[in-house]
Amino acid sequence: MSDPVKTSLLTLDARTKKRNAAETRFRMYGLAAIGAGLAMLVLLLVTIFGNGLGAFQQTFVTLNVPLLESKLDKKGERDLAKIKKVSTFGYAQLLSQAMEDALAENGIDSDLKAKKQAALLSKSAAADLRNFVISNTDKIGETVEFTFLANSRVDGYLKNRVTRESIADDKSINAEQLDLVDELVAAGVIKKRFNISFITGADASDQRPEAAGMGVAMMGSFFMMLVVLALALPIGVAASIYLEEFAPKNWITDIIEVNISNLAAVPSIVFGILGLAVFINYMHLPQSAPLVGGLVLTLMTLPTIIISTRASLKSVPPSIRDAALGVGASKMQSVFHHVLPLAAPGILTGTIIGLAQALGETAPLLLIGMIGFIASNAPDSVASGLLDPNSAMPAQIYEWAKRADPAFYERAWGGIIILLAFLITMNTIAVLLRRRFERRW
Amino acid sequence: MKENAMDNIKISAKNVQVYYADNHAIKDVNVEIEDKTVTAFIGPSGCGKSTFLRCLNRMNDTIDICRVEGDILIEGEDIYDRRVDPVQLRAKVGMVFQKPNPFPKSIYDNVAYGPRIHGLARGKADLDEIVEKSLRSAAIWDEVKDRLDAPGTGLSGGQQQRLCIARAVATAPEVLLMDEPCSALDPIATAQVEELIDELRQNFAVVIVTHSMQQAARVSQKTAFFHLGNLVEYGETNQIFTKPSDPRTESYITGRIG
Amino acid sequence: MSAFWLTITVLILSAFGAYAGRAQSLRVAGGDARKLHSLPKYYSSFVALGVLIPCLFVLVIWLFAQPKLIERGAEQMLNASSEPSLVMSDVRRVADGLGVAVAQGALSETEAHAPIENLRDVLGGVGVALGNEVTPDVLSAAQGMRAQEQRGNQFRMFAVLGLAALTLVFGLSRITPEFRARNAVERVVLALLITAASLAILTTVGIVLSMIFETRNFFGLHSWKDFFFGVKWAPNFRGDSELSILPLLWGTIYISLIALLVSVPIGLFAAIYLSEYAGPKTRGVAKPLLEILAGIPTIVYGLFALLTIGPLLLNTFGSGGLLGVEWMSGATAVLTAGLVMGIMLIPFVSSLSDDIINAVPQAMRDGSLGLGATKSETIRQVVIPAALPGIVGAILLAASRAIGETMIVVLGAGAIAKFSANPLDAMTTITTRIVSQLTGDGDFASPETLVAFALGLTLFVLTLGLNIIALYIVRKYREQYE
Repeated sequence: MSDPVKTSLLTLDARTKKRNAAETRFRMYGLAAIGAGLAMLVLLLVTIFGNGLGAFQQTFVTLNVPLLESKLDKKGERDLAKIKKVSTFGYAQLLSQAMEDALAENGIDSDLKAKKQAALLSKSAAADLRNFVISNTDKIGETVEFTFLANSRVDGYLKNRVTRESIADDKSINAEQLDLVDELVAAGVIKKRFNISFITGADASDQRPEAAGMGVAMMGSFFMMLVVLALALPIGVAASIYLEEFAPKNWITDIIEVNISNLAAVPSIVFGILGLAVFINYMHLPQSAPLVGGLVLTLMTLPTIIISTRASLKSVPPSIRDAALGVGASKMQSVFHHVLPLAAPGILTGTIIGLAQALGETAPLLLIGMIGFIASNAPDSVASGLLDPNSAMPAQIYEWAKRADPAFYERAWGGIIILLAFLITMNTIAVLLRRRFERRW
Repeated sequence: MKENAMDNIKISAKNVQVYYADNHAIKDVNVEIEDKTVTAFIGPSGCGKSTFLRCLNRMNDTIDICRVEGDILIEGEDIYDRRVDPVQLRAKVGMVFQKPNPFPKSIYDNVAYGPRIHGLARGKADLDEIVEKSLRSAAIWDEVKDRLDAPGTGLSGGQQQRLCIARAVATAPEVLLMDEPCSALDPIATAQVEELIDELRQNFAVVIVTHSMQQAARVSQKTAFFHLGNLVEYGETNQIFTKPSDPRTESYITGRIG
Repeated sequence: MSAFWLTITVLILSAFGAYAGRAQSLRVAGGDARKLHSLPKYYSSFVALGVLIPCLFVLVIWLFAQPKLIERGAEQMLNASSEPSLVMSDVRRVADGLGVAVAQGALSETEAHAPIENLRDVLGGVGVALGNEVTPDVLSAAQGMRAQEQRGNQFRMFAVLGLAALTLVFGLSRITPEFRARNAVERVVLALLITAASLAILTTVGIVLSMIFETRNFFGLHSWKDFFFGVKWAPNFRGDSELSILPLLWGTIYISLIALLVSVPIGLFAAIYLSEYAGPKTRGVAKPLLEILAGIPTIVYGLFALLTIGPLLLNTFGSGGLLGVEWMSGATAVLTAGLVMGIMLIPFVSSLSDDIINAVPQAMRDGSLGLGATKSETIRQVVIPAALPGIVGAILLAASRAIGETMIVVLGAGAIAKFSANPLDAMTTITTRIVSQLTGDGDFASPETLVAFALGLTLFVLTLGLNIIALYIVRKYREQYE
């Protein structure tokens, strides 16, 4: 073509410059998008850890409590039935006494009434003390050193959640009490330290955020995962083997296939409705039981497991099957002896990822009643673990998020850290399994 | 003819080396490609002929591990100079690929794509003219003039490849690179495209990579034989096929290596 | 014999069958396993499965059928007119309580069948609290139920054990050297595999039936016209609730739209950058990091909306906020939920789009670059148009996710059903209403509770429709480039 103007390659024409600028801009949009995504991740993680790590620390009050025989066992008979009759009110008096002793010992003057002083302790302190005495009647008459949980306001004060400004309308604590706290901290009576019972303990009522823990909910989640693993893995693998290896190509298997890929995208709450209608209303299985939760999560996880199992069965090359058939194995033998063992790491990886998904799922649990009560008793057997009402980790977090006292928010974030720790562990195992056993044909 | 060819050099490559990571794919190639001539690159597969072709319009830039050394000059300007924008270069050195790859757009938009991005047309009428001229020069105008709005992917393989040639021609390049343009086509379509290549010689320098010696003999005036990354022999097509000077060339064209 | 011990017995019998089957096969072959058609272990599994499967099947059916039948009998006996479901739950409680009392020794077996005076105290003593005083009717119905249950359990034991013995003998008698045990066992295994595969269908059928059944009940109590075409959502317990889905649908769609507005541009551009520009190293780091967002449970996002993003927005748009405007009155709002849901969907959109962009053949890019197009021109004018159907499919899948998402909206969106265009208003969605209608203490048979099933069914149909369309588009798109 006869172009009259010969252009040199060595100089950029104006149009190319403009186009290159557009190119750079476009590239920047891409980078900005990635940056935005990663910034969200960082923001999320900072929020979680910034708010949640505090839950692993708790404020404790160390007191020497005189277990006065005159209050607990007037006649000195050590009759358990009679000792049990002493209510927590009786123990509260002992606590007040111990508090006053502690003040006197450290030379702290306080104009506060004894009741206000004792209010620095958790409301669970008296019950803890009572439980101790009932199981150690021989200690009655001695003075025993106890470490009680501090009231959540005191705890919040030490964690800067509660400030002198924020308590203006707060009926449960006042500025004088905070002064006392300052003095007690200086005297070493009140201390903040690691709180294992947040990880192992049970939920507590609205009044005692400081005593609430994740332990029992963790058991609930554990039993649910047990059900999911026991049902979803064998059923999922069996279904995948049939669909991938044996199913004839016809409209029935087509429907099953479309069905499975659609089930994987059905909102989880719909599975909750199914669980409520079928397992609870129709079959009368117990409400709030991890068994029911496990069944619902099984149905939800099945499609995920089937899809990943089929993918790993598919990745085993046909030559393996041919080789087995060639030496006279039946189709079933070729699948169970050769294909399945080769696909096992992939199946395991998919199962772990499915379980991790199920572990974090909340919505269906709301509908089958795994919220709204205090999960206070750890199950003592497999049957009670499966059938007794319990909560689950995400349901427990939701429950805390719904409560009015902001002290529970810290617990909710802390619960998320525990939940994420489980998820990260599971996913890491899955990734390592994949790395270790990944096979390229 | 020989003397005439000397001032007619379009592309001149000096000591070109190409590496794919640690693999030395092109070894010290020197070649001069003439304008208004069809130059064929032949050789067994994996000999580096396509790699070298892709160096001529820096298509290898898109492969991260590829490294090019030496000079490739187009009309005396080094295309690997830092100041050269590959985008501008590729407008000047068009390319047609092994498999026809029309865009999922209408026939018209396929051809108009190049002129649009390079801003070659002043208006709609101008663009129409370029499209028609390009389709005519790719010898496909009569077949598609009534369905310019139909998708380019709906054409037959041979038509698709001619559409791709029209698309390359539309950007008004000076050199046209063709990477085995007929390997995915049937014999009839191949014949049409070969005929077209011969016509394109009127306006461009055409460089064609082919694995078919017959095709090289039919369409080209000059032939370069590549073997294991080396340019073994380069000369008049006639001479290469009748009196090869290198024994390797002879082995190849008589079918002993391939 | 309890169901648990019955199961154990069946398992033991089946294990014995496995042992006997193997011994029998070797005996008929004269000790030489090569004379058998199949390996001895197949004869052994043949007998074991032959016992196990029919017995467990009968047992499971029995476990479900017996309580239903007995309850129906008790219901007829009671002839309860007013609140059959309430009375029946009392009967069940008393019957269970009597069982507990006998087990703990508070009552003897004969006492449990006779009229009992201080039933409440007795049952209270063993930890079964009864609400109201038990009428003689209820007590006798409960006792009748218990008696029937005991009789049924006895029958169950005989039936299951009889069947086990029968199948055991039958299985052993089938063993001859010519008998093709492997084929028989494989047929059984195949049947089990098919059963497992059809469970997926069963789940769907279960979902649809359970919701259709209750939805029909709902439309029996509440006008379907109000549900689909009414304009107000105002449940109350006076019996004149207005339960229209439209305000909820509006909230759902509005929040989903905001979520898509956040996630689609970010996700799409991230996918483009990762697949077209980023080197393997950047890709290897950024992609898994982004996908962490997809692995975080929705409850975490819900909390993030309620406690972080909500207050952040309130501090910006609320009274006394940074902008000095009073556009927002609470932390829960459409924007709160939408933004957070958008963050959640970023990796969903980006990894789906990434797959789809990678499916565009390299030849297409080469063709454009070979004509002298820049990378961004190639992406915008060739790659994206080529990938468009797939991307649309991905966006539809994301939309379906957004519509069905529950925890974020339950915690972040608010509870007010209204038509408002202000994204800073609190609004409510279909999923939040399902949760709130089904988690209260409401009467299960009231329209206010049953409406949740109608909402659930609508949600199911909506998301299923979106999924089917999206999966169809994506599949067609994949086929195009295969």
